[in-house]
Amino acid sequence: MSVREGRTPTFYVLATVFGLFALFLYGPMLAIIVLSFQGPTGGLTFPMHGVSTHWFVSLWGGLGVVDIWAAFGRSLRLGLAVMILTVVISLLAGYAFRRGFRGASLVFYTAVASLIVPSIIVSLGIGVQFRLLDTAIKWTAEALGFALFAASFATSAGTFTSGLGAHLTWTLPFGLLIMFAVFNRFDPRYEEAARDLGATPWQTFRHVVLPLIAPSLVGIALFGFTLSWDEAARSSQALGSDQNTLPLELTGLTTTVTNPEIYALGTVTTTVSFAVILVSLLLFRTLRRRQARGR
Amino acid sequence: MERVHRGLSDGGAGGTVLLQPSAVPATTGAGARLRRLALGAAVPYWQAAPLALVFAFFFVLPLVVTVVVSLWRYNEYSITPALVGDNYASVFFGCLAELPSLCLTFKTYLSTLKFCVLAWALTLLLGFTVAYFLAFHVRSLTGQMTLFLVCTIPFWTSNVIRMISWVPLLGRNGLVNSILISAGLRREPLTWLLFSDFAVVLAFVHLYTMFMIVPIFNSMSRIDRALLEAARDAGASGWQALWNVVVPLSKPGIVIGSIFVVTMVMGDYVTIGVMGGQQIASVGKVIQVQLSYLQFPLAAANAVVLLAAVLMVIAAMTRLVDVRREL
Repeated sequence: MSVREGRTPTFYVLATVFGLFALFLYGPMLAIIVLSFQGPTGGLTFPMHGVSTHWFVSLWGGLGVVDIWAAFGRSLRLGLAVMILTVVISLLAGYAFRRGFRGASLVFYTAVASLIVPSIIVSLGIGVQFRLLDTAIKWTAEALGFALFAASFATSAGTFTSGLGAHLTWTLPFGLLIMFAVFNRFDPRYEEAARDLGATPWQTFRHVVLPLIAPSLVGIALFGFTLSWDEAARSSQALGSDQNTLPLELTGLTTTVTNPEIYALGTVTTTVSFAVILVSLLLFRTLRRRQARGR
Repeated sequence: MERVHRGLSDGGAGGTVLLQPSAVPATTGAGARLRRLALGAAVPYWQAAPLALVFAFFFVLPLVVTVVVSLWRYNEYSITPALVGDNYASVFFGCLAELPSLCLTFKTYLSTLKFCVLAWALTLLLGFTVAYFLAFHVRSLTGQMTLFLVCTIPFWTSNVIRMISWVPLLGRNGLVNSILISAGLRREPLTWLLFSDFAVVLAFVHLYTMFMIVPIFNSMSRIDRALLEAARDAGASGWQALWNVVVPLSKPGIVIGSIFVVTMVMGDYVTIGVMGGQQIASVGKVIQVQLSYLQFPLAAANAVVLLAAVLMVIAAMTRLVDVRREL
């Protein structure tokens, strides 16, 4: 129990549990990465029938009727948009909550609720809302005499309207909670000093606050991108037709694909996730080091 | 959260900062001063506006739409505004008449409840143990942070892929079965490992234990180590100190983690679908299937019932802890 004594037997028991937990977390992931290099005659399970990049090559050619690379591109663009918006909106909101405003509690609890309300409900709501919106737009266009527009108008739902909104309801609560943690630990004397030296609010933000909170903003960006990149349940009803994101296509493929192509796709997707995580962690560390040197 | 509370109670104290001598030139008149004060007071509102608008348009309004549409009529071709309880009647069709045998909706909720309890108990046990190890047995901060990252990195990768990754291990010809057979422990492969209740619970534990670890670790790292020494000095055994000191002080983290896990399992359909081989019922899946048949009002009624169930669970849990104080 005590922190300063030698290692107790409890330590070794708990360390073993932790080791097994880590194996439990990473073992299966490792299995599909290994199996994605399965030989051309190999199947979905071990043993390996040789080692090849056969399934990556066949994945590159597409997966039958599913345009997987279009979904890949859509998810990537959507993830980047969600990432940028999550950082900017969370940062602004963090400032607002710090100062306080009327209705702050209401907004805060709405954000928490957005995290907790089951995704299928949010998705359903957004899907139906945009359908009704489409009906309203068509009706208005016809009423105003824009018959051509009304006839050609398909839907207002899409990756960067309803899809983007659906993802933001999932990423923004995380961003906001991180901003709370940041500003709860932020020493306002740095800002006061800057102000006393004659800095404008913008200068104070740009040269004092931003460098101090930059590592946390990297963290928010990481959450923003990865949560969007992997999001399935909230997007499911909120995207236009033929606008599926990669995780949605993947969910569909689990029942139809019977060869290691799906593992190859899993490896590619996971590589993107890991690349983003690695870049974020390195950036985080660099920014922290720069701060430590600055002090 | 202390700062936010203070900010709320004194109504935008930050606005007065602009009136400090250094910020306002001495020649500024009273009118300009007032204008700056008014502008300064407006700042938090436009700063919060994007966030508030996103939630208003993509969360609150959709929920309102869901409630409204759940009272509409529908047929195969269209949905029409109305104010009828038909959809709720069909959600609970036969639920009273067939008692004591359970109607479809009650059966589905019972099955979901079973998954909630299993996933909650297992993630709590595992999450608490891991968090306890990190908080009390890993000594250096670097070590703590590294191991903490080990736990959180999978959270940033795809859930669907983490589910699929069990296939080569648990399938009929999977690693577990081939080991069991080659070791002579089984002659036939086990079939309940994949596409079963077991697989679903396993996936929940795999995916959601992180949601327990983080808040519990957060609570534990605030516990004053002197309290544990005091407990020991007073003669408490390791278990007694754990049960009487650590567990009560970790309660906020436990409650927050529990809310996450239980609500995620309640609304889940992706995990139950993939790991259950699309054979196991869940409320989320019922909604999804109805949506695929474009039965929006019926799906909406189911969603409202699910939302009510979730809110009741959360209300019961938040009675135990003030969530805002824990950030």
